[in-house]
Amino acid sequence: MGDGKISRRELLRLAGAGGAGLTLGAGGYAAIRGTADAAAVPGSSTVPFFGRNQGGIATTQQEHMHFAALDLITDDAAEVRDLFRAWTEAGARMAQGDPAGDENYSQFLPPEDTGEAFDLHPANLTLTFGIGPSIFEKDGEDSLGLAGTKPEALAPLPPLTGDVLDEARSDGDLCVQACADDPQVAFHAVRNLVRIARGIAVVRWSQLGFGRTASTSKTQSTPRNLMGLKDGTNNIKSEDTDLMGRFVWVPDGEGPSWMAGGTYLVARRIRMLIEVWDRVSLSEQETSIGRHKYSGAPIGKENEFAPVDLSAKDENGEPLIAEDAHVRLARQNEDERILRRGYSFTDGFDAERGQLDAGLFFISFQRDPLRQFVPLQQRLAANDRLNEYIRHTASALFAIPPGPREGGYVGEDLFRGI
Amino acid sequence: MGHPVPTIAALLCLLILLAGCGRPVVTNERAAESTDETTGETTSPNVESSPELEKAADAYEVYVADQMVLMDKHTKQFTDAVIAGDLERAKELYAPAREPWERIESIAAQLGDYDPEIDAREGDVPDDEWGGFHRIEKSLWVGGTTNGQEKYARKLAEDVDSLRGEIGGLELEPADLVIGSVELLNEVSAGKITGEEERYSHTDLYDIQANVEGSEAAFEELEPEIAEKDPMLVEDVEKGFEGVYKELEQYRQGDGWVSYEELAESDRRALSQKVDALAEPLSQAGQVLEKG
Ligand code: HEM
Repeated sequence: MGDGKISRRELLRLAGAGGAGLTLGAGGYAAIRGTADAAAVPGSSTVPFFGRNQGGIATTQQEHMHFAALDLITDDAAEVRDLFRAWTEAGARMAQGDPAGDENYSQFLPPEDTGEAFDLHPANLTLTFGIGPSIFEKDGEDSLGLAGTKPEALAPLPPLTGDVLDEARSDGDLCVQACADDPQVAFHAVRNLVRIARGIAVVRWSQLGFGRTASTSKTQSTPRNLMGLKDGTNNIKSEDTDLMGRFVWVPDGEGPSWMAGGTYLVARRIRMLIEVWDRVSLSEQETSIGRHKYSGAPIGKENEFAPVDLSAKDENGEPLIAEDAHVRLARQNEDERILRRGYSFTDGFDAERGQLDAGLFFISFQRDPLRQFVPLQQRLAANDRLNEYIRHTASALFAIPPGPREGGYVGEDLFRGI
Repeated sequence: MGHPVPTIAALLCLLILLAGCGRPVVTNERAAESTDETTGETTSPNVESSPELEKAADAYEVYVADQMVLMDKHTKQFTDAVIAGDLERAKELYAPAREPWERIESIAAQLGDYDPEIDAREGDVPDDEWGGFHRIEKSLWVGGTTNGQEKYARKLAEDVDSLRGEIGGLELEPADLVIGSVELLNEVSAGKITGEEERYSHTDLYDIQANVEGSEAAFEELEPEIAEKDPMLVEDVEKGFEGVYKELEQYRQGDGWVSYEELAESDRRALSQKVDALAEPLSQAGQVLEKG
């Protein structure tokens, strides 16, 4: 029933076996798929899964995210390759709004797909698969035999000022980033991919993100992060294909060939000290970031998209944008630009401190983390006025291979020799 | 046990046979009597039935009966120690007495009201009805005494004895093996891994090992049939069992196991993920029941 339709015979069989719930679910699903008119039904549009680049990077940023990092429990590279094959197959189906696998109607087996997305729209689901530095070397060993193909750009991030990182929520051998405009669609995708990985990889940590903190397209409005600030104004936008080429995509001939058309993902779980921030005056909030809170405009300007002029002075000759303001430090070097694509998160309540455990799950994509993210973050960590209100609590780095070609699979060029 | 299973649910299950209710298709005389002729035969038209599968079910019946004999014997030794007021000996005999039960729990817990009588945890049933293993466990470990436990010990020995009698009349279907093998692992994932089952004695590793052994026993009976349909699956499942046993092995101590309290959160997580890695392929074993 790969085409999403149920034959009459199957229907009868289901009814006979008392599987009415399932019939309804799948029927509803088939009905939606059958009449889907991408323009008319909100959420029914899809993002292509195959192509030069993986989805979830240049894709107009969706509203929700579920991110999972996994650790391998095998040292057989062929098993890892097979996992990527299976993930690609299931990912392509789910991106179309189809179940993760062919439905079975056996009463003796668990359903192939877990089912919670049956009646939901595809919601622009994208899946972005990544490979961590540790698959090339763990505890000094190259157990998969892939070390020869490790990109230099995938060197583990050096220790960064101010980092107090929770190891259990950092790093990982593999990652899956699922983004969608429906949180249940994103959850469903990760759940089924993790299930497919059972016996080969186990979840190391995962993070839910509930609202985008960037815009990645000129067609999008700028969202606000949990500090109440417009975030993403000066982000790279996917329409700027030359900026994307210069700062995001790995070009042919840079590093190992399996990364051409790929990129690198940095994830930072940044806790906001919400209670502290909420007690800070508007003026201090604006000074810290270098922009006005309500309009999002650079200090002294009215329009959100007015250019940031770092040399502008007030009547006393003081810089309008403070020396330690976030945006000043963040844009000091034109060669360090990154594509930001983060999400707000909360993990509930921190019982120890009696405070909200919430913040920004920062994600950035860049062609070379060591030349972009690292110096940028080093500068921010050293001087950013925002540091009083945030703590980096976890960190991870992944290589994101290029998109799969139709009939191929993610990471194909890496695993080809196996 | 997870929670006491009301008999009515089990009976309903028999009625709507294989209709997705997910409980074993146990037919014993007692159940058959109370549901009249509707449940006489349990093979629905969609279920594959072959002499080989029937043989597997018969062999597993023998396994269940053997475990029941063991349980009867070990429980008696345990309850005798309790009645004799021998605290140390009672504590020693507690976990081993439970092992056979844990091996066949998915089947034994379906019979009558024995499960809540024998295996209820504190809070599963009203306190004035609470007896069985865990009531005595609490007294031995928390109270540090056998005092006042004689009546629970007597009742437990009686219940186990009559359960053994009833198991004799049990007729299992191949579906019971399929469902039971996964259910025993689900017991581990849902209740044991957190340490809540043996919350006073911390003897959870005895239960976990026994659950896995029981699951394997059911799988082994089905294995030739599964191998015929899907040899890869057999390989995956065997690898899964090996992984779980290997993970457990590090916690052996003498004839038994270390206290579950000695396992750090990361140790419990590693064990839990090994069980998941096994249960996932094992849950595909149901294909042997598929016609064709
Ligand atoms: C919780 C932590 C953070 C908050 C609340 C935050 C907030 C903001 C805000 C409100 C803006 C201005 C709007 C915009 O242009 O998007 C901004 C800009 C920016 N941020 Fe952050 N940010 C955080 C962490 C980071 C980190 C860790 C990095 C990189 C290492 C970073 C890099 C940038 C960059 C490159 C810009 C654009 C500057 C420009 O070109 O004008 N931010 N951030």
